[in-house]
Amino acid sequence: MTPAVEFIHTSRHFGAVRAVDDVNLAVKPGEFFAMLGPSGSGKTTCLRLIAGFEQPTGGEIKIFGEPAGGVPPYRRNVNTVFQDYALFPHMSILDNVAYGLMVKGVDRQTRYREAEKALELVKLPGYGSRKPGQLSGGQRQRVALARALVNKPRVLLLDEPLGALDLKLREQMQEELKTLQRSLGITFIFVTHDQGEALSMADRVAVFNNGKIVQAGTPEEIYKRPQSRFVADFVGSSNVISPEAMQRMGGKAEWASLRPEAIRLVAEGGVPAQTLVSNFLGSTTRLSVEAEGVRLHVMLPAGERVPEPGETVRLGWNPADVHYMDGAA
Amino acid sequence: MRSDRHTASPALKIAAIGGLLFLHLPILLIFAYAFTTEEKSYQWPPPGFTLKWFGVAWERPDVWQALTLSLKVGAIATAIALVLGTLAAAAVSRSKFFGREAISLLVILPIALPGIITGIALRSAFSILDIPFSMWTIILGHATFCVVVVYNNAVARFRRTSGSLIEASYDLGADGFQTFRHVILPNIATALLAGGMLAFALSFDEVIVTTFTGGQQSTLPIWMLEELIRPRQRPVTNVVAMIVVLATFLPILAAYYLTRDGDQIAGGGK
Repeated sequence: MTPAVEFIHTSRHFGAVRAVDDVNLAVKPGEFFAMLGPSGSGKTTCLRLIAGFEQPTGGEIKIFGEPAGGVPPYRRNVNTVFQDYALFPHMSILDNVAYGLMVKGVDRQTRYREAEKALELVKLPGYGSRKPGQLSGGQRQRVALARALVNKPRVLLLDEPLGALDLKLREQMQEELKTLQRSLGITFIFVTHDQGEALSMADRVAVFNNGKIVQAGTPEEIYKRPQSRFVADFVGSSNVISPEAMQRMGGKAEWASLRPEAIRLVAEGGVPAQTLVSNFLGSTTRLSVEAEGVRLHVMLPAGERVPEPGETVRLGWNPADVHYMDGAA
Repeated sequence: MRSDRHTASPALKIAAIGGLLFLHLPILLIFAYAFTTEEKSYQWPPPGFTLKWFGVAWERPDVWQALTLSLKVGAIATAIALVLGTLAAAAVSRSKFFGREAISLLVILPIALPGIITGIALRSAFSILDIPFSMWTIILGHATFCVVVVYNNAVARFRRTSGSLIEASYDLGADGFQTFRHVILPNIATALLAGGMLAFALSFDEVIVTTFTGGQQSTLPIWMLEELIRPRQRPVTNVVAMIVVLATFLPILAAYYLTRDGDQIAGGGK
């Protein structure tokens, strides 16, 4: 199957800065793909390379098998939802959404009908006559989405699409984006620095660092089997244990990650630890403890007794749950 | 007594009113003399009032020549300034290149320099290049400072316009021309209109640069200067002065109102 978007040894250097450095990547058609990484890791440049705002300085990009080199943004069947939404402030919402059809020469009646349909798709029917300045952040985001989708792109690019929204709206939009992507069957590629967002929404995630992909895989793979300390640290929810501490806890002298829910409190044996603090999270309680000089998180199921701060507990886990990895930070 | 802070003393009020009267009464005086019956000298109070000078001005071909020349020069210089000023503003605000700040300064310099320097410099340059003085040399002279006004207005607007708007337009399938027509132009239109009107007003009453770059032709202000020396049909000058005041004041007023509301249209999507 031809990949929707393919990076073949693609690089984008700005002088001495290697924003994107020899990236190989294949996004499958219909996939919800996340590019995850800290700021400056090259994920946004990758998105701009696909959109055509940047040209690679090395390697190649193919969109549905077609080499994209030299193809200007306006001839690519790819649309972008910008981080700041970039709605045209002087146009009504309907004209904003119909813009892509207007510049393609679609007649007024057809393009307004399509634009209305797109607005319905993002649950903003009847907002067409307003101006962007009269909408809330969440509504503008939906308009930006409708404006991109009305062109029926084969690939939709989303640059930190939820970054400017508050938490509740964000969770709601996460679900809606996911549902929308499923029903439309369009390839979504979205860039985010929020690991929770990437893991919960994407079919596959590529973790970026210093212009390179350090790991690509399903959210489960990324979460359970981080290939390096950087990925484990950045994805964050796992306990990262140094080789020395791991050895003292009875494991191999290598960097390791251990998921909080894999750790249990045991009555005897195990590794002694000092309770620091507990956070009640509803269905679980997250316990912070210190063992062998390492701060660890432990997830206690609801109903289990929560130790007091300062109390000594004993930690046990299945050695198979310890995931050893590359020490590169 | 908080409200007292906003109430000025009577002395201050009188001083303020006096200052404003000093600024604007002379202009009314010019208007009054346009209706006087005394044609050889300005006599106060006017011995009588008449409307005949409007008719006389209407009949004088030299008035028409000066007026058309001024209108032509103003219009063409403004048109040149609109194109060059917009392009310069776009280059300076939309891209980064070596010497950007220097170019920005060089564009603004002609309006900071005394007109007489610009005038002498252009006159020498035209002489060296053997360019005969004509309407076009006046236009070039005026364009040097008209560009600045347009540039300043356009640069401010470009800075407030989000750069991703242009990328969004490309992304949605619009080529460079469509993007300019549908996205860039509507966003900078009021700034250009305001800049263009100011530029026209500047050109319309310019004397110094015109003196140095013009040949035999007289623009309206130059014609007025010459006319003041002649002790005959003086009120005609005042009639023309009234027209100049209106022709320059109205565009400036319009420019003020157009840019005042400009904030809401250029903010971008945030």
